[in-house]
Amino acid sequence: MTATAVETARKPATMAQALGRAMRDAMAADPTVHVMGEDVGTLGGVFRITDGLAKEFGDDRCTDTPLAEAGILGTAVGMAMYGLRPVVEMQFDAFAYPAFEQLISHVARMRNRTRGAMPLPITVRVPYGGGIGGVEHHSDSSEAYYMATPGLHVVTPATVADAYGLLRAAIASDDPVVFLEPKRLYWSKADWSPDHPEEVAPIGRAVVRRRASVPGGRAATLVTYGPSVPVCLEAAEAARAEGWDLEVVDLRSLVPFDDETVCASVRRTGRAVIVHESTGFGGPGGEIAARITERCFHHLEAPVLRVAGFDIPYPPPMLERHHLPGVDRVLDAVARLQWESDWTEGSVG
Amino acid sequence: MTVLEQPGAYRPTPPPAWRPRVDAAPLLPDAEPYRLLGTSAADDVSPDLLTRLYAELVRGRRYNTQATALTRQGRLAVYPSSTGQEACQVAAALVLEEQDWLFPSYRDTLAAVVRGLDPVQALTLLRGDWHTGYDPHEHRVAPLCTPLATQLPHAVGLAHAARLKGDDVVALALVGDGGTSEGDFHEALNFAAVWQAPVVFLVQNNGFAISVPLAKQTAAPSLAHKAVGYGMPGRLVDGNDAAAVHQVLGEAVRRAREGGGPTLVEAITYRVDAHTNADDATRYRSDKELEAWRGHDPIDLITAELRRRDLIDDDRVEAIRQDAEAMAAALRERMNEDPVLDPMDLFEHVYAEKTDQLREQAAQLRAELDAEGQEDRENEAQEGTR
Ligand SMILES: Cc1ncc(C[n+]2csc(CCOP(=O)(O)OP(=O)(O)O)c2C)c(N)n1
Repeated sequence: MTATAVETARKPATMAQALGRAMRDAMAADPTVHVMGEDVGTLGGVFRITDGLAKEFGDDRCTDTPLAEAGILGTAVGMAMYGLRPVVEMQFDAFAYPAFEQLISHVARMRNRTRGAMPLPITVRVPYGGGIGGVEHHSDSSEAYYMATPGLHVVTPATVADAYGLLRAAIASDDPVVFLEPKRLYWSKADWSPDHPEEVAPIGRAVVRRRASVPGGRAATLVTYGPSVPVCLEAAEAARAEGWDLEVVDLRSLVPFDDETVCASVRRTGRAVIVHESTGFGGPGGEIAARITERCFHHLEAPVLRVAGFDIPYPPPMLERHHLPGVDRVLDAVARLQWESDWTEGSVG
Repeated sequence: MTVLEQPGAYRPTPPPAWRPRVDAAPLLPDAEPYRLLGTSAADDVSPDLLTRLYAELVRGRRYNTQATALTRQGRLAVYPSSTGQEACQVAAALVLEEQDWLFPSYRDTLAAVVRGLDPVQALTLLRGDWHTGYDPHEHRVAPLCTPLATQLPHAVGLAHAARLKGDDVVALALVGDGGTSEGDFHEALNFAAVWQAPVVFLVQNNGFAISVPLAKQTAAPSLAHKAVGYGMPGRLVDGNDAAAVHQVLGEAVRRAREGGGPTLVEAITYRVDAHTNADDATRYRSDKELEAWRGHDPIDLITAELRRRDLIDDDRVEAIRQDAEAMAAALRERMNEDPVLDPMDLFEHVYAEKTDQLREQAAQLRAELDAEGQEDRENEAQEGTR
């Protein structure tokens, strides 16, 4: 890393820039790190996340591959078998599906299959989620599929600092990591600099983004991640006017799951709402709600609620605002948490 | 006057000249599978290689019959035999240098064993005590791969990585005729050719994918022809002629090693046994067909050659037979020992470090095992007092 005095000062940076910087720094620090995917070289990726990497490190380290996702991930498996650390870019969420077999049958299992003799340190970067007006196949939230596969880590940043920190951690990990990039937040900005090691987030630790100031009372925890984190923070601000004091837990890592941070928060507040874009049925929220219920039942003053995308194929761009969980839907759920006062039999969905 | 006839009207220009990227002719396979045994060219094959191939074929055949017998005794969950295909298996293993890598499919246990893998370890997957379980680095044998053709891109990636590092490594990947219909086959060949990766693909065309004959698998003139579309040479070889397979693979490996890029080799062979011990081959093939192939047996072919050149006598044949018998006996004996399994291993290799969730689950299983052990001890004690 060539840290200069200028870089140390925090400056406005986008999540996209932080992600690119994470790969650049990882490649500079470790010659075995290779970036590969469709259009990642000369173009710098369709989102320009890999901009400049091919120029700085050459085609062999940042490679424009043929257009074939199974082939990209399948060859990355072989490269990792030979000691490289491939960082694979899937162009869009739904275009990662052709690579599912390689991911599930090999990437996730090679360590296990070989009794630890052959770990695969592969990072699979997947831009995911909606809210950017994409046409079909450009807005899927596929995290539940990845979460259901033992052997994979699944992480998703919501802040510029986490984007950098988690991606560095993912590339350094000896286990495969599915790195979900909330493309809606690519252009979100923060004052940030890569030269703050305290901001390198460990995989597997959630973070409380907003604390409830008066534990008990009308408090609740919003459990969320990725693109829904800013939505929840906004909802928490708005809820103050209604007399609600909300904690916001940003999971950052879906696998491994940080029960400790989530449950500590729910025990403080006594209520939980899980918020994500992905479908509710069979989605991550069901798993999270079950975990909270199993661990915090006696602390709960209301059922654990979910605010999720509808159980429909991701809608066309002109209708997506009706699908995506927004601040109002989160606030409605929070209102439904008043179990003692106005919750009546039969009002649950 | 039409619009186009008016002065200054739009005149289409001819398209830019088109030329093929490479000359397709040298990539095309021969019309007939390449044969060596029984031809005058066989005189040039070294006696050492011929006898080595012969001995490995005999051992390989015996290995297959022994492993099949072990399924009948319940020692193996299943065994996909390579009887009839031993020439491909043996040549694939013997053609590689020590630093090279072999990428076998689920049927290629024998190739892995000939390459040096412990025969019992090579059967781990099929016995069911682990999913392959061996250390692939030890003999540079990738895990036997069950999902068809998915090992092919791995071979390409590994070969590519080795070349990037400046290492002299060739990867040889095995696939069946059915596997060539999978997308991963296509993607692997395409990547290999674009990257000029030092990799060789060997298709063992044994006529069937379980029950489906080649005619229902592909409309291509031959599977070797598929190479041309990717820009690599395709070679056709008699897959029962061990010397020919060894030579064709040898040339392909040499080419890859020298930076000439990948080759697709199609070996025409036959699966004499059923798909696995669990399959009923009489449903989809005739005795007549089977007999025709039995007449073209890989061991018979090479034996005839050795005899013709006077490179072998009855004593030597007997010695090799006995060696194969000893190998089978040792395998039988070791496979008849119950593997010692530790259920706690289930949690050991999922991640580099156990997640909190796996730690909890491991503790649960530990407790269950302890309770089971306690119960067993109590039962034993009761039996003792009775
Ligand atoms: C992706 C995938 N689909 C289906 C199967 C089930 N299956 C196992 S072997 C086989 C036939 C394979 O035929 P071929 O590739 O010709 O190889 P052979 O068995 O003849 O060696 C099938 C369909 C599988 N293992 N993987």
